[in-house]
Amino acid sequence: MRSFTYERASSPAEAAAAAMRTEGARFIAGGTNLLDLMKLEIETPTHLIDVNGLALDKIETTTEGGLRIGALVRNTDLAADERVRRDYGLLSRALLAGASGQLRNKATTAGNLLQRTRCPYFYDTNQPCNKRQPGSGCAAIGGFTRPLAVIGTSDACIATHPSDMAVAMRALDATVETVRSDGTVRGIPIAEFHRLPGDTPHIETTLVPGELITAVTLPKPVGGKHIYRKVRDRASYAFALVSVGAIVQRDGTGRVALGGVAHRPWRVEAADAEMPRGAKAVAERLLAGARPTDENAFKLPLVERTLGAVLAEAKG
Amino acid sequence: MSKVTLTVNGANRELELDTRTTLLDALREHLQLTGTKKGCDHGQCGACTVMVDGQRINSCLTLAVMHEGDEITTIEGLGTPGNLHPMQAAFVKHDGYQCGYCTPGQICSAVAVLNEIKAGIPSHVSADLTVAQQTTAAELRERMSGNICRCGAYSNILDAITEVAGGQT
Ligand SMILES: Cc1cc2nc3c(=O)[nH]c(=O)nc-3n(C[C@H](O)[C@H](O)[C@H](O)COP(=O)(O)OP(=O)(O)OC[C@H]3O[C@@H](n4cnc5c(N)ncnc54)[C@H](O)[C@@H]3O)c2cc1C
Ligand code: SF4
Ligand code: FES
Ligand code: FES
Repeated sequence: MRSFTYERASSPAEAAAAAMRTEGARFIAGGTNLLDLMKLEIETPTHLIDVNGLALDKIETTTEGGLRIGALVRNTDLAADERVRRDYGLLSRALLAGASGQLRNKATTAGNLLQRTRCPYFYDTNQPCNKRQPGSGCAAIGGFTRPLAVIGTSDACIATHPSDMAVAMRALDATVETVRSDGTVRGIPIAEFHRLPGDTPHIETTLVPGELITAVTLPKPVGGKHIYRKVRDRASYAFALVSVGAIVQRDGTGRVALGGVAHRPWRVEAADAEMPRGAKAVAERLLAGARPTDENAFKLPLVERTLGAVLAEAKG
Repeated sequence: MSKVTLTVNGANRELELDTRTTLLDALREHLQLTGTKKGCDHGQCGACTVMVDGQRINSCLTLAVMHEGDEITTIEGLGTPGNLHPMQAAFVKHDGYQCGYCTPGQICSAVAVLNEIKAGIPSHVSADLTVAQQTTAAELRERMSGNICRCGAYSNILDAITEVAGGQT
């Protein structure tokens, strides 16, 4: 690990200002992704701003009847919150399907959204990777691609976003609240938060340098059955090959988002409209234009079948 | 270098550390508490599990300086050879290990798992999110999935935890 200096932030605006003041500064929350990558020198911050002291660890009801989840709420606490379990079961389920009990106790809402890809070549510093080292090439294309993306890819990068929680947030139409170094605040709809790789796979979100996430808000509950189905190589403690997060109403309408298939949680609003017509119709819309490799083409039928299982469970 | 004060197994410990030092390395290399093990050093095995303010975490993926004032409990703080914690005694009774390398992490994790179930925290296998959670074998297996055992002592580990859980409820 490269050496760095360390400070504890005193307020959100001060943290954002500190991040702009110091070249090479990064926020650290749970540390479960950042420290992992710092040990491998994939991330090399020269200064860490510890945001854990900021009072951003509360879950509050909003005036619109939704929830405002502090950026530092731990994944365990979010999954266990009574309101989340009752009204946003999809979010609880997605969180509980991710990582391990130990990791969820540390992982935060903001850190989870910003966790980086698990592409094996991103992790192997001997390999070219446009995301790790812009312009160096992509070792995954033509390499081992089984876990990688099938849609929204580019010639520069075919990595996936690994978060389970983000899939639920996408289906729930969450908004990411932030503060910038000049003190201004904004809300970024989750649909506009994660970017596709394009020519700049190293730029993963629409956050600007120094921008601090303060909270994630959810609109008021929409009811329906909340189901998160994750398919992976072992029964627990593994990343998704494919995951389906869905909210299904009694009349068969609803919404759906996918994990494990793209550089961001994958949702196509036009596919939601197909839900009463069944899994095949929805999957076709969701995955129109997919460009899988020979090794990961299995993800396309896997999405359709997982979706089929989810819709059957919703009826049952 | 940074200064940090931790409460480790009830005792105040003042340390001056390279800022890069993980909590795991602070425990093992600076406090000579070598019960906590380093397996992967990347959050993938659970050998380094300790409790911080009562919650289990991977001590390899957190910096010691981020724990100013925190209460850390390691395997050495749970029990002693002459006065075993019930979970330690159950692991001995049920032969919940072979080489023993994963065991301190397994035991810290197991103690925390039973507390998490009591606190009503649901898991991936909980059928209903809105009711009290049970200590079934399926629940314990899922909740212990962050602790890998290379020797494959899982079924005996499960027996040990089940016995302690039975005694508690
Ligand atoms: C072995 C293992 C298995 C895992 N399995 C899964 C899995 O199955 N599913 C899954 O979804 N995840 C999984 N994870 C990933 C885990 O969920 C993430 O590591 C965690 O959510 C990151 O949160 P954190 O608070 O620790 O982030 P940190 O490591 O602290 O930070 C991550 C990034 O976010 C930035 N950041 C943090 N907070 C803020 C903020 N408030 N504003 C702006 N930027 C911020 C940091 O600068 C950093 O770049 C796994 C991790 C490990 C190690
Ligand atoms: S797919 Fe993306 S993350 Fe993986 S090697 Fe290529 S550029 Fe890097
Ligand atoms: S050493 Fe920490 S999880 Fe493996
Ligand atoms: S007893 Fe050997 S690794 Fe678990």
